Amino acid sequence: MSPRWVPSKRVSGEDTGGGGGGGGRPLTRRRVLARHPLARFLLRRTATAVLLAVGVTLVTFVLTNLVPGDPAAAGLGQRAIGDPAIVAQFRHHYGLDKPLPIQYVTYLGNLLHGDLGESQQSHQPVLDDLSTAVPATLELAGAAIVVSLVVGVAFGVVAALRRDRLTDQLLRVVSLLGVSVPTFWLALLAFYVFFYRLGWAPGSGRLDPGMTAPPHVTGLYTVDAALAGQWPVFWSAVGHLALPALVLTAYTVGLLTRFTRSAVLEVLNQDYVRAARAKGLPGRAVLFQYVLRAALVPVVTVAGLAFGALLSGTVLVESIFAWPGLGAYAYRSATTLDLPAVMGVGLVVGLVYLTVNLAVDVLYGVIDPRVRVQ
Amino acid sequence: MTTATVLEISGLTLDLGGRRILGGVDLAVRPGQVHGLAGESGSGKTMTGLAALGLLPPGARTGGRIELEGTDLLTLPPRQLAALRGRSVSMVFQDPSTSLHPMLSIGHQLTDHLRHHLKLDRKTAKERAAALLTQVRIPNPREALVRYPHQFSGGMRQRIAIAIALACEPKVLIADEPTTALDVTVQAGVLRLLRGLCDDLGLAVLLVTHDLGVMSAIADQVSVMRHGLVVETGPRGRVLTDPQHEYTRTLLDSLPGRSTV
Ligand SMILES: Nc1ncnc2c1ncn2[C@@H]1O[C@H](COP(=O)(O)OP(=O)(O)OP(=O)(O)O)[C@@H](O)[C@H]1O
Ligand SMILES: [Mg+2]
Repeated sequence: MSPRWVPSKRVSGEDTGGGGGGGGRPLTRRRVLARHPLARFLLRRTATAVLLAVGVTLVTFVLTNLVPGDPAAAGLGQRAIGDPAIVAQFRHHYGLDKPLPIQYVTYLGNLLHGDLGESQQSHQPVLDDLSTAVPATLELAGAAIVVSLVVGVAFGVVAALRRDRLTDQLLRVVSLLGVSVPTFWLALLAFYVFFYRLGWAPGSGRLDPGMTAPPHVTGLYTVDAALAGQWPVFWSAVGHLALPALVLTAYTVGLLTRFTRSAVLEVLNQDYVRAARAKGLPGRAVLFQYVLRAALVPVVTVAGLAFGALLSGTVLVESIFAWPGLGAYAYRSATTLDLPAVMGVGLVVGLVYLTVNLAVDVLYGVIDPRVRVQ
Repeated sequence: MTTATVLEISGLTLDLGGRRILGGVDLAVRPGQVHGLAGESGSGKTMTGLAALGLLPPGARTGGRIELEGTDLLTLPPRQLAALRGRSVSMVFQDPSTSLHPMLSIGHQLTDHLRHHLKLDRKTAKERAAALLTQVRIPNPREALVRYPHQFSGGMRQRIAIAIALACEPKVLIADEPTTALDVTVQAGVLRLLRGLCDDLGLAVLLVTHDLGVMSAIADQVSVMRHGLVVETGPRGRVLTDPQHEYTRTLLDSLPGRSTV
């Protein structure tokens, strides 16, 4: 990335909607990229994302410094806190006597070395805690978003094509229930019914008791178990994943069904769909190439929002299902005022949102040429 | 007048939502001729055109006949009608900024029905698409194929829409106000193109338009519709200079700089 991008982008760094490219790119690059509008588009979006990532670290840092509470008080014993000399020395040692900008640079430097501090709860580096919690949540939220997208989009398309018929009415009830039932209540209910009552669900955690985790590759137990060929572990992981993931999909399936339905209905009314029919194309081709293509744009937007909703849903669902993920970790850190851990979680959540936004932006560009070609 | 009609509409009636939209329309379109269809807004011009493609809104009930070389399109099973649509009868819509899909390349939109109807392979279809673009005078046709509608001007987009309509060498082209949404400066060019294609390809064109000026410029035959009926039909010269129906006269009188004295 050329540093020449930085000044022009920093001004509008927060404005992800701004379409204009940085003005002063070297001619050679421009020539190369002009031939690949998609590549140029991706580069521009990624550069913005990197700047925003720096922004996330700044926000995390500032917010944590705004929290009333003295790190010295937390770091020193009762007796030492009464001794100004010790406090001063403590502050000097951790760089707390330096101006905030310098502290921020130190914090950034530590981050670059993977040093996120030590959790006051687990007495482990926050990075270690996160490296088990984040994949657990990614597995849960990833499974949920994939299922939601497939089911929600399919439901929405069917509802639109069967507009006002019985199928549409049924799907409307289903999606309405999905968006209006509180996730924590659904989680409790599902746990009660499928675990206590029916005994279908395998209980809490990520694996059956006594089973050891598969060798760490991705941290996603299903994937790691499959990679290692440990099929009993794989099926145990899938079994444990199913119920919490399905609970999480309720809201997003409802959301996506409703939005897909209205997006498809809107597109069905467009001139270009009538023109496609006038060309004598088979209904399937009209639906998949002409209708869905255009309907995907609003659906992608909602999918990004849905993923955000999923992540906040994990906080409660993970606590109820004792799923050792980021949500449960965040809940524990926040309730015990474990600041380094909270900062780590904030950083990860910020980066995840950024990545999702970047993915949504990139998908816009892939779907709609008007976004990537001037 | 000696050539046989290719599209013959007789006694076409249309009811939509309990309302009579067309009350027995008669129209005959001949190869190599432009048949202009004029009439006030809501008189049923678009519905007549859509009926010929079997693209009426759901719930439409029709009567009468629409014969394409002797085959009645109104009673044709849906599958056979779909095979004719875009193949033997095709349509150009009013506004090319909405009738072309904004996210599909020109090449895609120019070849999908070509491949479907004529079973061409990708490469041949592409060749043909480039040739079609040349025919409608789009510069750099090969490059144009990989571009998207928003990268063209309104007039070019309508030319592209015409190329799409012509791709499978239809016998009948229905153009529904093809210049209304365009800049005045490019309207004449698009009309000249239509006229030229009609002459060169022996195409039968049904040109729907509000604009009697457009009509007098390129139509061979003119029909005037009102309230779902054709009130007057005949050769351009006669209808425009010696209208028999009072309504045609009022239409002509409303044209700026014209009068039928
Ligand atoms: N989807 C529909 N459902 C019910 N009635 C319709 C529908 N579309 C059009 N109509 C009615 O059909 C009649 C004929 O409409 P049509 O579009 O054919 O008129 P037109 O002559 O093309 O007018 P314009 O010059 O404004 O395009 C109008 O009275 C209109 O209100
Ligand atoms: Mg009309």
